[in-house]
Amino acid sequence: MQRVEQYAIEMLNITKRFPGIIANDHITLQLKKGEIHALLGENGAGKSTLMSVLFGLYQPEEGEIRKDGQQVQINNPNDANDLGIGMVHQHFKLVECFSVLDNIILGVETTKGGFLKKDEARKKVAALSEKYGLLVDPDALVEDITVGMQQRTEILKMLYRNNQILIFDEPTAVLTPQETKELISIMKNLAAEGKSILFITHKLAEIMQAADRCSVLRKGKYIETVDIKDSTPGKLSAMMVGRDVNFTVDKKRCRPQAVVLDVKGMTVASKRRKDNAVNNVSFQVRRGEIVCIAGIDGNGQTELVYGLSGLEPLKEGTITMNGADITHMPIRKRLISGMSHIPEDRHKHGLVLDYSLEDNIVLQRYFEPQFTNKMGFLRRKEIRKYANRLIEQYDVRSGQGAVTKTRSMSGGNQQKAVIAREIDKNPKLLIAVQPTRGLDVGAIEYIHKQLVAERDAGKGILLVSLELDEVMDVSDRILVMYEGEIVGEFEPDKVTAEELGLYMSGSKRKEKGVDE
Amino acid sequence: MNKGSKKVNFLRNSGFQTVTASLICIVLGLLVGYVVLLIINPKGAAEAIAAILKNYLYYPSPTAVMKYLGTTLVKASALLMCSLSVLFAYKAGLFNIGAAGQYVVGAGAALYFGLKLHMPWYVCIVAAAAAAAVTGGISGALKAYFNVNEVISCIMLNWISLYCVNMLLTRAKEQSAPYTRPLSSVNKGALIPTFGLDKIFANNGFVTIGVPLAIMTAFAVWVVLEKTKFGFELKATGMNKHAAQYCGMRYRRNIILTMMTAGSLAGLGAGIFYLSGIEQWMVQQTSVPAMGFNGIAAAFLGGLNPIGTVFSSYFIQHITSGGSYVDKTIYCAQISDLISAFIIYCCGLVLFFKIRLNRWLDDKERHAAKTQKGGGA
Ligand SMILES: Nc1ncnc2c1ncn2[C@@H]1O[C@H](COP(=O)(O)OP(=O)(O)OP(=O)(O)O)[C@@H](O)[C@H]1O
Ligand SMILES: [Mg+2]
Repeated sequence: MQRVEQYAIEMLNITKRFPGIIANDHITLQLKKGEIHALLGENGAGKSTLMSVLFGLYQPEEGEIRKDGQQVQINNPNDANDLGIGMVHQHFKLVECFSVLDNIILGVETTKGGFLKKDEARKKVAALSEKYGLLVDPDALVEDITVGMQQRTEILKMLYRNNQILIFDEPTAVLTPQETKELISIMKNLAAEGKSILFITHKLAEIMQAADRCSVLRKGKYIETVDIKDSTPGKLSAMMVGRDVNFTVDKKRCRPQAVVLDVKGMTVASKRRKDNAVNNVSFQVRRGEIVCIAGIDGNGQTELVYGLSGLEPLKEGTITMNGADITHMPIRKRLISGMSHIPEDRHKHGLVLDYSLEDNIVLQRYFEPQFTNKMGFLRRKEIRKYANRLIEQYDVRSGQGAVTKTRSMSGGNQQKAVIAREIDKNPKLLIAVQPTRGLDVGAIEYIHKQLVAERDAGKGILLVSLELDEVMDVSDRILVMYEGEIVGEFEPDKVTAEELGLYMSGSKRKEKGVDE
Repeated sequence: MNKGSKKVNFLRNSGFQTVTASLICIVLGLLVGYVVLLIINPKGAAEAIAAILKNYLYYPSPTAVMKYLGTTLVKASALLMCSLSVLFAYKAGLFNIGAAGQYVVGAGAALYFGLKLHMPWYVCIVAAAAAAAVTGGISGALKAYFNVNEVISCIMLNWISLYCVNMLLTRAKEQSAPYTRPLSSVNKGALIPTFGLDKIFANNGFVTIGVPLAIMTAFAVWVVLEKTKFGFELKATGMNKHAAQYCGMRYRRNIILTMMTAGSLAGLGAGIFYLSGIEQWMVQQTSVPAMGFNGIAAAFLGGLNPIGTVFSSYFIQHITSGGSYVDKTIYCAQISDLISAFIIYCCGLVLFFKIRLNRWLDDKERHAAKTQKGGGA
């Protein structure tokens, strides 16, 4: 594939410092023309920062960038765009209340006499989406479409600008396995056309499938670049973490005890459509077991969790936790009586991004007597002590420790902060939605261990996950959700991933009480 | 090397940056004002700017200086309360452009309770704060329940408040003039006590305990925002209401409480001002008093820090009062307002200058790193 041994982009000796941390410490990255180049590294290793430097969002203190062998100066994203560099960010940057088409042409609108000429743009977008199989409705509002579609919009944005160098920062973290497969084939098409792609992901399998080469970063430093055909997932992860990572979860058989969560006939209305997002769902979670809700994104899992946590009211049905009816209980009371909730969207619900890390760590317990005195004053010293303990225990990395603005932290470390907060609350029921989204393999290993430890300590755990591997590895019982209903219940060692897939896509279903 | 980085750290200090940026804004405002004066009439420009800056220092006798310093302080304390109102809401994620209207309502309540209901001063003050809190609360409730942008509802309420208060106070006005009757002749008990403060300011009876009260409120606002559970909740709600809801805060209630607190601060300001007896309400006025709007400028000039606003409020009031000493034979009467408006306008640029300063520091650091590397190689 690489006949011409020439680099499309070279980043030489790049150094970028932030208060308290060297995010990139003399990193060199060379991207060949037409290759898919993966970038691997622990949470906070500096991947997003390096890409933001290339995209002109940050200015490096040292180092230079070359394009096609020529040194270039990239002062802002417009410069990057002029050089044909496009980026899909870890957290998307779309205008929510604009249509897909408007988002795509934003900044490069064709106008005539000051008026927009959208017809041409529409044709071009239609042609592009046809060519690459990127199906989107150009007139839908961004706030109404799924994350998968939002991502396709971001990709179309790059293609519309005719970018030759494409940066994908953790594009698959929010995608379903099916969408991931599609994305990888799209990326391969693009590379075959001569576009060069930088691809950040924490999933080694994706790197093995998609990438030609992979560069590894660790704690801001460059480690090595390897050819994927000479490598294995084990080697990659050892390079990145500095030790061997155990991919399977060791756990004893579960010993379920009393029921901690009992859901009967739960129905939740849908916001987008007329029908119900969750339809007459009943299940139980016992102490000492991990129950997993599997399914393709958008089949009612989000609303189910909203209903359980109190973010949305139920239309029908009851929820009982530890024997008490909590159907109409306010959120704060549910949390105090032993519920913990790792939310699906850490930026929307999980964190106040402009608060410091320590304030986010006590976000669920700041009102407890240990953190607030009787007069209503916060006990800042106690908060600091508590935050530091969790930061250490969960290895939450940031520039300035407890006082770091959460917004400046890397995505994975933000997630770790949320997990630490929710697990350490010592809940009776832990609802974890995609808890390992955006975490590196080492952190995933640790979190999975924690979940199992919590289970063994007699907590009930409800895990909602889109990752089949996670579902199969961690859970003691699997419930498959399809179109707002539970269509099957399985034990992980008595079912194959393929079989689960059939239930998840709706081509098979089990009726209640009927054995196969 | 070490020394250099220390210096850079100092320049990076946020407090230092705010003060610098505020000073730059002030100088810039004065310059623009000066240029405008030069264009209108170059003859008296320098004197006019000097007069604005001097304010009460214009008087040769120390007694007069003290007396007019007192008057400026009384006005500044009302302005301080308005800027605290804006600041409080801003820290909790809301833009309280309604401080002006809440101030008006506060004035209306204070004067009505004092003049018509013959209540003592402390009741009048509480009434002012309560009425203004309700006004703020309306905008808060509209935002919380119907997602009505608080800026829009506040602006409309400003006008509604003005005309309602005009109507209300018409019942307490002089027979032959459009002003409310002076408290000193109707109900002396409604005047805030001076506790001897008037003696310090050459028997300026308008200097009441309202002045130290306002400064103490600034400190209290800082404590509430930074140190208490209440402030923690309101700020969290303002920054991310979804997260607030997720962790069980009553986010709708918090939005309303934020606006009510902000409103009560502005209302308290009006109470302090009108219950000092320094001015009567003009019941035919057709524009919302500038106090609330100037509060926005004071809040920003003070770097959105409650203690900072103590100084910025004083400064803005100082030049506003100073405007009346400009020679009116050379410039028209509105010139003083125009100049102070320029300065206040430039005060809004504090954040802009802070960003520029940081960028400049970034550039310098990068340059230093490059030359150092070049020198070493
Ligand atoms: N704008 C910023 N201000 C201050 N510190 C920052 C900023 N952006 C990143 N950092 C810090 O730089 C380090 C690297 O962050 P970066 O986002 O590049 O990590 P990452 O490799 O993308 O991690 P993840 O896999 O979690 O996304 C982190 O420790 C982070 O706290
Ligand atoms: Mg990242």
